Amino acid sequence: MIEVRIHGRGGQGNVVAAYLLATTAIGEGEYAQAFPSFGAERRGAPVTAFVRVAPEPFRRRCQVLHPAFLIIQDEALLQVPGVTDGLLPGGGILVNSKRGDDELSAMLGRDTAALPASALAAEFLGRPVPNTALLAAFLTLTQMLPVASLTKALGHRFKGELLERNARLIEQVAQRVSPGLWKEQADAASA
Amino acid sequence: MPQALEGSQAIAQAVALCRPEVVAAYPITPQTHIVENIAKLVADGKLNCEMVSVESEFSAASVVLGAVAAGSRAYTASASQGILLMAEVLYNIAGLRIPAVMTCANRAVAAPLSIWNDQQDSMAVRDAGWIQLYCADNQEAVDTTIQAFRIAERCELPVMVCMDGFTLTHTLEPLEVPSQEQVDGFLPPFSFARTLDPRSPISVGTLVDPNYYSEARHSHHHALLRAQEEIIAAADDWGQLSGRHYGGLLQVDGPEDARLGILTLGSVLGTLADAREEYPEAPAAKLIKLRSFRPFPVEALQQACAGLSDLIVLERALSPGGGGIVGAEVRAALSELPDAPRVHNFAVGLGGRDVPLDIYPRLLAAAQSSGPTRFAIFDAELDRLPEGDR
Repeated sequence: MIEVRIHGRGGQGNVVAAYLLATTAIGEGEYAQAFPSFGAERRGAPVTAFVRVAPEPFRRRCQVLHPAFLIIQDEALLQVPGVTDGLLPGGGILVNSKRGDDELSAMLGRDTAALPASALAAEFLGRPVPNTALLAAFLTLTQMLPVASLTKALGHRFKGELLERNARLIEQVAQRVSPGLWKEQADAASA
Repeated sequence: MPQALEGSQAIAQAVALCRPEVVAAYPITPQTHIVENIAKLVADGKLNCEMVSVESEFSAASVVLGAVAAGSRAYTASASQGILLMAEVLYNIAGLRIPAVMTCANRAVAAPLSIWNDQQDSMAVRDAGWIQLYCADNQEAVDTTIQAFRIAERCELPVMVCMDGFTLTHTLEPLEVPSQEQVDGFLPPFSFARTLDPRSPISVGTLVDPNYYSEARHSHHHALLRAQEEIIAAADDWGQLSGRHYGGLLQVDGPEDARLGILTLGSVLGTLADAREEYPEAPAAKLIKLRSFRPFPVEALQQACAGLSDLIVLERALSPGGGGIVGAEVRAALSELPDAPRVHNFAVGLGGRDVPLDIYPRLLAAAQSSGPTRFAIFDAELDRLPEGDR
């Protein structure tokens, strides 16, 4: 079972990111679950969401305590104590950041990949919403699902021009990160 | 083919498949997405139903009462403070034997203010005279919502479908949404024998003097006890149609010769079931899901607990100064057995406290290492309290 924790702020599409990742997995025949952990329901407040993906159905309803991966939609949240807590040994952190992988890896002491997701979203979608770009990067890094399946899942939410723009963004992102860099960790978690 | 749906979204679709004619609701977290999704189905022309926006939960329940009395199938949903504000009307709906259906998206009750899940809200109205069915997962909540309309209408009793707030309502997972044909084949159009009709006027809700009041209460109590048959029949018939069965009044899962049992209501069941696999060194306990809390299935419970030496009753509410609510009723029911198991009663997961997988071995160890616990909040960290409060 691959468990992922997503950190962001209210208004950044954090819960949507979790739902989208689970929807993508379900669309590929996997069993998946996504749920938020709400604090104060207002824009800007830190929000956490969780995703579980497994080939077989599972029944647990507890929080994800030891994720294999973290997706951080706002890099300022890296300053918040506890954000990287519980990450499995060898786990990866994907951060929405303009900084380099090495700089962030050194800072966090963990395997970290960076993607300027807000800037890319602003360029391709006209809005700096980082979630789709980060998910495209995450799927490319882990290879846990084909990147094209993300576009397919987005088809349930968007149509026409907006869907096309998202598809172009996903293609662009897939070329910017190393395919399969985190495949080993993903395979180990799902084994 | 299962769809990826948020629990609330799926409940809205299940309600729509039951063809309600009136839905009245006031938004409250974590119920909001259910009624928002129903409102959207109405606005998009996919559901022919009068969606009544009201100024409070008191009015939401009142609209539903009036609508059903006038012969319409009607639905509402609420949680927490909303349920409490409805409480007076909930008693009226039940006492007038109005077959309404509502969802309780279970949430803690203030104070302290908490938006998160426990079951204090539905437990607070357990004596209102409604049937209360607790769901362990979203698929069960979808299927139980459909069953609820048939149970309500056949028994002329209201049904509250309880599903854990956030833990179920806000979780997206693969869910089967039944077809309209399946639901139509299961749930006939609503025809209410006591429909208000100006051509043949009757009075409803009149004063009942001491001459008749006790008999009215007796008949209501008996209607609820008799409803057990309809709850079982609805589960069986829907199971035939859909292939999905969750037990009628309760469901037992685990080794038949198990000496340890854990009884739960709601979504904590799934975590315990997974935990049983994750901790093979811990004894494999029989898991008893209490699906129907009202009516309280005394005989079914006695059968389910036969052979157990220890039963842990887990609940997500309490009666302060008393102890466990479910635990007390389970103890009373089992006291009639010759070899009644020892009952250990714990509250867990109050106000959204996570119930982790490792609670399973910890609970079993607690039950085996000491005498029965009358009642305790299992996951309260007492060292965080001043000494006098521990």
